[in-house]
Amino acid sequence: MCLRIDRRVKRCEAGDGKADTGASCMCGIVGLFLKDPRLEPELGMLVAGMLGTLCDRGPDSAGFAVYGRETPGAIKLTLRAPLGHDFDCLTEQLETAAGASLPRVVRDTHMVVTVPLAREAAIRATLVEVAPEVSVVGAGRRMEIFKEVGRPDLVASRFGLPDMTGTHAIGHTRMATESAVTTNGAHPFTTGPDQCLVHNGSLSNHNAVRRELARHGLAFQTENDSEVAAGYLTLKMREGLSLDRALQASLATLDGFYTFVVGTESGFGVLRDPIACKPAVMAETEKWVAFGTEYRALVDLPGIDAARVWEPEPATVYFRERQ
Amino acid sequence: MPTIDLAHTSLRELNATLHRLKFDGNETHWRVLNPRGQHAVAVGIDAPILVEIEGHVGYYCAGMNQCATVVVHGNAGPGVAENMMSGQVHVKGDVSQAAGATGRGGLLVVDGNAAARCGISMKGIDIVVKGSVGHLSAFMAQAGCLVVLGDAGEALGDSIYEAHLYVGGTVKSLGADCVHKPLQDHHRAELARLLEAGGVKGEVDINRFRRYGSARRLYHFHIDNVGSY
Repeated sequence: MCLRIDRRVKRCEAGDGKADTGASCMCGIVGLFLKDPRLEPELGMLVAGMLGTLCDRGPDSAGFAVYGRETPGAIKLTLRAPLGHDFDCLTEQLETAAGASLPRVVRDTHMVVTVPLAREAAIRATLVEVAPEVSVVGAGRRMEIFKEVGRPDLVASRFGLPDMTGTHAIGHTRMATESAVTTNGAHPFTTGPDQCLVHNGSLSNHNAVRRELARHGLAFQTENDSEVAAGYLTLKMREGLSLDRALQASLATLDGFYTFVVGTESGFGVLRDPIACKPAVMAETEKWVAFGTEYRALVDLPGIDAARVWEPEPATVYFRERQ
Repeated sequence: MPTIDLAHTSLRELNATLHRLKFDGNETHWRVLNPRGQHAVAVGIDAPILVEIEGHVGYYCAGMNQCATVVVHGNAGPGVAENMMSGQVHVKGDVSQAAGATGRGGLLVVDGNAAARCGISMKGIDIVVKGSVGHLSAFMAQAGCLVVLGDAGEALGDSIYEAHLYVGGTVKSLGADCVHKPLQDHHRAELARLLEAGGVKGEVDINRFRRYGSARRLYHFHIDNVGSY
């Protein structure tokens, strides 16, 4: 279900309302980590329900990352193309580059193609050459990322989220406040193989941090502050920090208010800013651990009435990962 | 006892029903089922009734309450009992940030923990938290009492006016112009009254509490105005 919102009233514009520089003010975030493998066939359905509830926190765009099955020796590339793109033709070109047939699943504007690790670089190079309008929104052994402009419940059904299976997923509903409503501005933002970030909040020093990151060679597709946060984590991990330590380090560098949820191959992590500006709720049962911007997002999870429900502490990194 | 199931009745209908109640009406005990984290459950009541909510609620539950007793059998989201005027709100679980914000009277009891900014800008409400409170609790607190049986987070009582703060556990740090003050007999009596109201009379040793209040260096305090608080 999705509440209809009069954006003229509800949308919180920053400053003079120019849609040019950054963040996401209200927004909703969800995360679900399954401890009980028997629930894995229901992962997509459960996360779609969570996202749908948070439509009213972010009706502009939505996105999610799902961690499903891996193929040994291969990596999954999630490609996003303009509406109506000829994925058949693209696949043929990529298969020629790979010298092998490539398993693929097309979902609306996205295609997940599974490529041999040894051919990843060649395939990426071919992609840049033959289809510069197609972008790689995520890569990983298990991670698939989907994001589009539109109401979150509709975005979820366009991509067929309810049918997806996996061990864990994170998702985001965006109420754009500072940067434009575009697919590039939709979350999640990838921070490396099998890693991605969703963000609720607003960073005040993202322009300065973006310039600093650019000096280290990072490229940015948008003026969005959340992409800067993702870039910061990427750089820190490139420099050798663990994701946990990179998140800790971000507390000193990123100024503003935020709740981050990061997806990793084996689980997800949560970090709230030291002031705890943005709401956050976590819940856990024997079968799952969940995160939601509001408790409402969690109410349809199985066994929620008996779940332990708590608010994560500010400036504290929480990780829930498969051993 | 009337029961309203929010799985079948809209939130607006629930609140409108409670608002229509006469002050001396016969229906004085209400149950609300399936709140499922909805916001603004049982707000703006103005009658001496008991409302029991079975489950977790979202933002602003029992806000602006006057005369009613609202019991939440679960957790409450941000701003529970905000701007309460009188009556009592009792949350059996934890509460999120800004619990009792700007409250002008009545009693808020939290059996679990309260997150950040508990009692922010409180103006006469009494708050008893049996667990701990988060950072910036009692920020700009003007009047009323905040009793915390557990610990308090950073910057307790920042820019405080004349509210009385009592903490049984540790305080991570005090905010600007908030200082430790001696616990005198009339404070012990006040604390004993609040602990009894919170249902923990005799369960905790009053002497383990420390009192905090304003150093009166930040705002313009004049003894002639003490009766205003």
